[in-house]
Amino acid sequence: MLEGCKGVREALIAEVKRQGLDKEVKVVETGCLGPCDLGPVIVIYPEGTLYQKVQVSDVPEIVEQHLLKGRVVRRLVGEAPQAGVVTYEEPTYLGVQERIVLRNCGVIDPESIEEYIARDGYRALARCLTEMKPADVIEAVRKSGLVGRGGAAFPTGLKWSFTAKAEADQKYILCNADEGEPGTFKDRLILEGDPHSILEGMAIAGYAVGADKGFIYVRGEYVLSIERLTKAIEQARALGLLGSDILGSGFSFDVEIRKGAGAYVCGEETALIESIEGKRGEPRVKPPYPGTEGLFGKPTVVNNVETIANIPPILLNGPDWFRKFGTERCPGTKVFTLTGDINNKGLIEVPMGITLRRVIYDIGGGIPGGKGFKMAQTGGTSGGCLPRELLDVPMDYFTLPEHGSALGSGALLIMDDSHCIVDIAECFMRFFEHESCGKCTPCREGTARLREIVARIARGEGRPGDLELLDELGSVMQASSLCGLGQAAPVPIKTMLRYFRDEFESHINEKRCPTGTCGI
Amino acid sequence: MIPPGSSRRDGRSDTQMAMVTIDGRRVEADAGTTILEAAKKLGIDIPTLCHHPDLAVQAVCRICVVEIEGQKLLQPACAYPVQDGMVVYTNTPRVRQARKVNLELLLARHPQDCLQCVRNRNCELQALAERFGMREIRFEHKLRGLPEDHSTPAIVREPDKCILCRRCVSMCHDVQAAGVLYPSRRGADTVITPVFGRGLDEVACALCGQCIHACPVGAISERDDTARVWEAIADPNKHVVVQTAPATRVSIGEEMGLPPGQIITGKLVAALRRLGFDKVMDTDFTADLTIIEEGNEFLKRLKEGGVLPMITSCSPGWIKFGEHFYPDLLKHVSTCKSPQQMFGALVKTYYARKAGIDPKNIFSVSLMPCTAKKYEADRPEMCDSGYKDVDVVLTSRELGRMLREAGIRFEDLPEEEHDEPMGISTGAGAIFGATGGVMEAALRTVYEVATGAELPAIEFEEVRGLEGIKEATVRVGDLDVRVAVAHGLGNAKKILDLLREGKADYHFIEIMCCPGGCVGGGGQPIPTTMEIRGIRGRALYEADRRLPYRKSHLNPAIKQIYAEFLGEPLGEVSHRLLHTHYTPREKYPWMSRAACGGEAAG
Repeated sequence: MLEGCKGVREALIAEVKRQGLDKEVKVVETGCLGPCDLGPVIVIYPEGTLYQKVQVSDVPEIVEQHLLKGRVVRRLVGEAPQAGVVTYEEPTYLGVQERIVLRNCGVIDPESIEEYIARDGYRALARCLTEMKPADVIEAVRKSGLVGRGGAAFPTGLKWSFTAKAEADQKYILCNADEGEPGTFKDRLILEGDPHSILEGMAIAGYAVGADKGFIYVRGEYVLSIERLTKAIEQARALGLLGSDILGSGFSFDVEIRKGAGAYVCGEETALIESIEGKRGEPRVKPPYPGTEGLFGKPTVVNNVETIANIPPILLNGPDWFRKFGTERCPGTKVFTLTGDINNKGLIEVPMGITLRRVIYDIGGGIPGGKGFKMAQTGGTSGGCLPRELLDVPMDYFTLPEHGSALGSGALLIMDDSHCIVDIAECFMRFFEHESCGKCTPCREGTARLREIVARIARGEGRPGDLELLDELGSVMQASSLCGLGQAAPVPIKTMLRYFRDEFESHINEKRCPTGTCGI
Repeated sequence: MIPPGSSRRDGRSDTQMAMVTIDGRRVEADAGTTILEAAKKLGIDIPTLCHHPDLAVQAVCRICVVEIEGQKLLQPACAYPVQDGMVVYTNTPRVRQARKVNLELLLARHPQDCLQCVRNRNCELQALAERFGMREIRFEHKLRGLPEDHSTPAIVREPDKCILCRRCVSMCHDVQAAGVLYPSRRGADTVITPVFGRGLDEVACALCGQCIHACPVGAISERDDTARVWEAIADPNKHVVVQTAPATRVSIGEEMGLPPGQIITGKLVAALRRLGFDKVMDTDFTADLTIIEEGNEFLKRLKEGGVLPMITSCSPGWIKFGEHFYPDLLKHVSTCKSPQQMFGALVKTYYARKAGIDPKNIFSVSLMPCTAKKYEADRPEMCDSGYKDVDVVLTSRELGRMLREAGIRFEDLPEEEHDEPMGISTGAGAIFGATGGVMEAALRTVYEVATGAELPAIEFEEVRGLEGIKEATVRVGDLDVRVAVAHGLGNAKKILDLLREGKADYHFIEIMCCPGGCVGGGGQPIPTTMEIRGIRGRALYEADRRLPYRKSHLNPAIKQIYAEFLGEPLGEVSHRLLHTHYTPREKYPWMSRAACGGEAAG
């Protein structure tokens, strides 16, 4: 919840009280609805009127006009036809969204377990514990076709089955909430908006694989996420939904929070495990995989926040229901974070396989300032940069890699045609140089050399052979780095060389930056 | 202990075999062994750099990468386990490209002045560059300009040469349990360093030098003191005496191109004379003396209810480790000086008087397998002769350098004898250089001194060999003496932790700082692997068998020194010259220095 909201919330509570409406109107602070550029927002139920960009000075008018007189304050509801309504049952807005993961975000009070329960919360867990065997739970998840939403797209059911099969006196469920990919903030908003869905999903995972202990590894900067998770854990314990003998089933499960200290690499599952163990956050050599030998050497499931948030609805509605969304190969939805040169920035949840064009133009409202589209980077800073020609590629975990990119965590960075590709490349490479953990040669040295070479091209000091060297170094990093960081770091450069090579060449051969950004 | 029939922790059964195809040839290997090992069976030598046969898998250099059919990524052969049906390619264009680029990346940040490097022609990186025919480095060559560490008398660190393979980290943590070296910072800024970039003198480093054996390049080395020795030899006013440590007689040959395990005692003596040392005497003599003093100390502790178990004190790396990590247990440590320091104290007293030489003109050099000995010689209390007892400690490697510089060839040398009066020694002194050797030597003497009877069998097999911790019970008179032997500080730590908890039910414990004992010391020829440590150790036991005297108390020179100079074991002269005390140290010495206004962490 950003600062502007706090003032509006306080003003609203005060104004409702001043008008004597505090018996009839309840002001609820929710998690984020998604549209970053429209905030602060107020949704007034039951009709679901969405007020945008509300200032403290607008509050008396909303209370007086809408709450007292029943008139919509037109100037605050936006222009798009559907933009003004967010219904409680269908919390979509801005068209074409499907909300599974974000089903409760922006709708319920995330600090109230009762509100979560009122929207079928913990029913999936109850069903698992009372009606299903652990193997049935895994089978349902497997059938749903859910794949990991952190970026690696590993089939979740399969992952669980490895840990379920492993024999051990102790197993763990880890929720990876170390959301470090630049431009990604979906996990944060899920945690802030619907923390109980994560606890419920983790408990289901624990039941499925035979783990009684879970850890949520959260970015240390996610103060509100940590606060709300902490409250949620206390509430769930108080109601016996976490702890020993949950719902009298004999199954016990509890969750603890671990805070990350700011290393990007700790989002890599084995580095995350090292960090929880109190060690330097660095990836381990695989195999062994965490599924059989993870936290403290015990079989461990590591799932991303968004993956876990999908679990309760899948168990509640069944795998066939889930497969109705998205594509055959990649069922379900994906939460994207839209940033950059786009009119509607923010968080959206759409079916897998939606095209970039629909996201940018139908949901995102297109490129601002009358500028042209240049490229979209999918999957965060470690994702590929796609040109205009690929606007109609369906976005899912299998199609994007065919074009040298990745869906990754779901970050979408849109850039207009005023940006220089070499300049952007240097910026991205600086990030990886900074975040490489330094363990393996190709990533430690390669990220620094990539950045140096791109920097000299940007300065107009590029040499013949530089592009081939970038390409070769990138390939070796992708093939031989120890973990996903080094394997993915060259992806943006590789796709830029593939789709925007002429821009690099004009920097090197003509000492000219076509957009005038690089000042050479 | 794994009950029969149960599966192992990793879920693999012990007998499962995997048929693997490597470069088109099939080989059967235990499931779970690495591709590297399986390839070796086929005679395929996959290049490695961060791999070390005795250390934990690092898999960080990415030189040994191979292609596995069906996998998009290359995998490190040193870490990747074989599975039945796996098809591996170790020499494809993609593999060669990855290896070369990764090597190029390392070389771009590594000094190119190999000629001036201590590891020239014995460097794994140099060998790889040669193997790959690296004629061009396409990345800009730039050194990081990291500060060197010359803070101790024993070990020099040159981080600019470091290739971040982390073998030293594994050695320091997993094997030696000292935890001094660790990666700090990240990405291209990563350094392997003592905490907060401090010098080795400010941390709880045992100065064992095992990190030197782990290092594939010249980033860690011994302090080179050869110049001071050359200078002393050239000084006509100096009477230069050298003592030769037990373990050096089975290792110096390696410096001269011989295979490990050659017993070259006589040639070593001849070589040292030809270098210009005035007298060549033997640390084995003071090893025997240590047995007499320590044996009597042990019997005294037994008789008078002194602190038990008693722990041996010959290994200065262990002593420093103990002072840092177990200051509460120092009362268990024998007060006997190490053989090096006993020799040093006697050479400037007993020998000086006997030879009629003013001790101030004696320059005392010791040839040691050890880096920690350099520190030990510099300890302020080691001046009981009235002078610095040992002026310079040379490691085996430094002596190798001097011998090569002087053009001495071992094959041309005769076998010569050590000089008297401190040159006669026994097999008991010789085996000091192998783990368990001090214990065995002590038992040979303690048994006979305590019972007055001859020992029926003098070889104590239970305390020999490379098992980490060895135990034995020996009937001495009417007492069952329980002994334990640990080598490598990681094993020592296990016993010391038990002792601290009151669970170490022993009378006598031998601790050697280095794996394998002194034959594996941090000053020994490179390479020193577990295999080579074993070979050198066995050579010492062979040397023991060849000697006429095998029990310290039967050494005629020992009898002579007690008669002429020392009087009796644990007597007044012994107390003054041969015994010492220890200094409790902190685990984090830099902290108290910082509190005293030392520089802030860098």
